[in-house]
Amino acid sequence: MRHVLRLQVGPVSFRIGSHWRRPVAQLRRLYSGYPEPEGVCDFTVRLEAERPWRRWIRPSVAIRGDYVLPDAAPLPLAQGLLAAEMGMNLQMALGQKRFVLLHAASVERDGRALLMTGDSGAGKSTLGALLGERGWRFMGDEFALLDLEDGRLHPFPRAISLKNESLALFDAVDPGRLGPLLTGTPKGSIRHLRPNVEAVERMKEPARPVMILFPRFGPDLDPVVRDVGAAEAFMRLTQASTNYVALGERGFDALTRFAGALPSRAIDYADTAQAEELVETLWRSA
Amino acid sequence: MAASVYAADPPGEVRDVEMEGLTLLYHRPSGLTHFLAPPAPQILAALAAGPASAAEIAGRMGELFEIDSEDPAAATAARLAELEAAGLVWRT
Repeated sequence: MRHVLRLQVGPVSFRIGSHWRRPVAQLRRLYSGYPEPEGVCDFTVRLEAERPWRRWIRPSVAIRGDYVLPDAAPLPLAQGLLAAEMGMNLQMALGQKRFVLLHAASVERDGRALLMTGDSGAGKSTLGALLGERGWRFMGDEFALLDLEDGRLHPFPRAISLKNESLALFDAVDPGRLGPLLTGTPKGSIRHLRPNVEAVERMKEPARPVMILFPRFGPDLDPVVRDVGAAEAFMRLTQASTNYVALGERGFDALTRFAGALPSRAIDYADTAQAEELVETLWRSA
Repeated sequence: MAASVYAADPPGEVRDVEMEGLTLLYHRPSGLTHFLAPPAPQILAALAAGPASAAEIAGRMGELFEIDSEDPAAATAARLAELEAAGLVWRT
């Protein structure tokens, strides 16, 4: 492929190749300051023309790589950056075997990590990103990597995908950290935000998790905290994991240890200020 | 008609972890995870001694555990049907 970027994110390395220059140039700018991987990359993502002539005529980007979803719809070239991000997610979701992959955000403070997981729209990603701007170390907003052996969480600080109304919450960040505004994507308007310098510099430092949160956002919800039992937490974590079944017994052992050892709480909130307050209160008592 | 005789995989074929009164069970032959409530784990423990009918299993459980049921064999048969549907026991 003519245009290639090699990218290290936490313990995982990607090689992203593209038929077109622009998506790689946008990625290079978005991931400015990230280290270059040493040796062979763990995963390859290829952004290819769906058909040879679609490289030039109404160019559309098919996401290919080591692992492929056969019925994934191609994206217009204007959304090539999103295609690259989706491609990296896909490789992780289908191919990652070194960690329990949890669809979760994680942040760290004083060497201790907080894991936040929930359904799509629960606000974990926005909350993780916001905490990352307010004194916590941002470890990731999409995937948390649980070590199969020692139970630590590894950072995976990819660019944060800010969607629709979340965009306004990050007005104050350095504009140089923002990617292009992508409109009309399958998930509405999206703009990527590069994690801050601390998150990038410390991407190889795992942290010991001490609490699991299941946030739930709803404009009409009262702020509520509820204890979640270990068995329920385990069940929810299996649902939040994209590779639990593939890992077999190693995944069972790692997740039962994780859910059995950590306190879990569910929090309801109506706005991010409320959520931050709830998190800080819970953290002080952890 | 002879009573059905049930069997289960030997204990070495499962991993189990107790959590809040539930047993989380990883079944190695299928790779599936199960959430079991009493008396299902006790039924599997009773079957570790070898295949048995519902009444025999109820008898074995009575020696090992306290059973709170007027008709232990019927209660055991109902749970065996659930375990059979989950693929954890089968009829020989």
